[in-house]
Amino acid sequence: MKGKPLASIVSAGLSKFGKLEGLYAREIFAQAAKEAYERCPRLDPKKDIKALFIGHMGESYEHQGHTGATAADWAGLLHVPAIRTEAACSSSGAALRAAVFAIASGLCDVVMAGGVEKMTHRSTPEVTEFLAMASDFPFEQWHGITFPGLFALMATAHMHKYGTTEAQLAHVAVKNHHNGSLNPKAHMQKEITLEQALSSRVIAWPLKLFDCSLITDGASCLILTKPEIAKKYTDTPVHIIGTGQASDTIGLYEREDFTSLRAAKLAAKQAYEMADVKPEDIDVAEVHDCFTIAEIIAYEDLGFCKPGEGGRLAENGETSLKGRIPVNTSGGLKAKGHPVGATGTAQAYEIYLQLTGQADKRQVDDAEIGLTHNVGGSGATATVHIYIRG
Amino acid sequence: MAEQTQNFTIEQFYKYVGQKKLMGGKCLNCGKVHLPPRPLCDKCLSTKFEWIELPQTGTLLTYTVIHVAPTQFQHLAPYAVGIVQLENGVRIPGMIKNTPLDNIRIGMKLKVEFEETPTAQQQQWPQWPRYYFVPY
Repeated sequence: MKGKPLASIVSAGLSKFGKLEGLYAREIFAQAAKEAYERCPRLDPKKDIKALFIGHMGESYEHQGHTGATAADWAGLLHVPAIRTEAACSSSGAALRAAVFAIASGLCDVVMAGGVEKMTHRSTPEVTEFLAMASDFPFEQWHGITFPGLFALMATAHMHKYGTTEAQLAHVAVKNHHNGSLNPKAHMQKEITLEQALSSRVIAWPLKLFDCSLITDGASCLILTKPEIAKKYTDTPVHIIGTGQASDTIGLYEREDFTSLRAAKLAAKQAYEMADVKPEDIDVAEVHDCFTIAEIIAYEDLGFCKPGEGGRLAENGETSLKGRIPVNTSGGLKAKGHPVGATGTAQAYEIYLQLTGQADKRQVDDAEIGLTHNVGGSGATATVHIYIRG
Repeated sequence: MAEQTQNFTIEQFYKYVGQKKLMGGKCLNCGKVHLPPRPLCDKCLSTKFEWIELPQTGTLLTYTVIHVAPTQFQHLAPYAVGIVQLENGVRIPGMIKNTPLDNIRIGMKLKVEFEETPTAQQQQWPQWPRYYFVPY
């Protein structure tokens, strides 16, 4: 018997991910909201939705803060209470958790959780600088450490401790690009070869261009209800049965171990216990592959393999679409794209499609239980959610 | 100096760096050495500290070579950064200089050096003087 449903997803929406020229974040969010409304004809959004929680990382991109109210207005939900959650790249993982709290507390029957980021209109050095704001300023940014740099520090340590190879990292990229090629909403819909990945230019050694996720524009949203009324809105709800979140030091250098994310392990433990499921029960997972090494560390932190075996898991194809535990069927942050604030609920969108049999060419057979793993910064925040087909 | 020793802050840490000193805050209750210094011990919640001089040598725990840099560091790229464990166990990140990038290895011995006397501009937030590491 699995854990009891805390909240139920009755609909979900995702904008196209990519370079969305000429659009503001709020306009992209409206695309995601529209899809969620269309998927759920029994819902009357203006009447039924009682709150909006939206993840958004940075004001710098558009010189625009106060995302809660702005997004609510553009989603046609004017006058609902709306707040932005910020936890770097885990901003909408945190929004989803806030939405679960709102439902599980009994205060709201129906709420929307989502996320958005508009990034591609800024130059790469500017985006590099804005993303670095999620790391420690006085000791990391001030000494020239970038975001790819932080994950490269983890990769070097992982390679040294466990013998993980650059080719194993590249296998993650090849797999996720293959999955992205099957996702019409992905930013990059083309396959890459192992040679291409290995010979791409170095960003922060040992990480190369194809080890890094994309700078992408996009938005995502979910509509959640109390489990006991979910069937009023859809015949195929997806229940959230576990939620976990933890924090860690903002500085990577202060942590005991650079080859694992303590916050992710703690969040996973909370979610697994609440859901009463084990890693081997998970049929499909979306994990935070902001860099290829992050996906390998995620396998280990989530218990899909033992510490140090993540590289081999990718190399042996165990996490590919037809593998033992398919990971990042959407293409992940690597190929679908990483509009930072939108990522957490975009992961949940993919799991919603998988558990309701709507994932088309990338459908995992008979997927019943799914998991999302969303990491903020270099791991100072992590959120994990577990889902079951309703 | 008496007044400065009251301030177990990041600002005060960098003021010491400007004087070519690497200083940490030692908790007088539980003994934990903090880098950066903190006003509240994360281990025992004490607020009583003393400044101690940190060892200026240590071992490289991990590193990377940054090729794509933020705007203000672009003129230095490619450059190496790493996390160093000082002789007393305290960990600190920084740039690794004065060595061919190919020679950098986990486990190598490094020592702290300081940027030359900072300009007036480099003595207030956020323009702190920097420390860095070199092989020895």
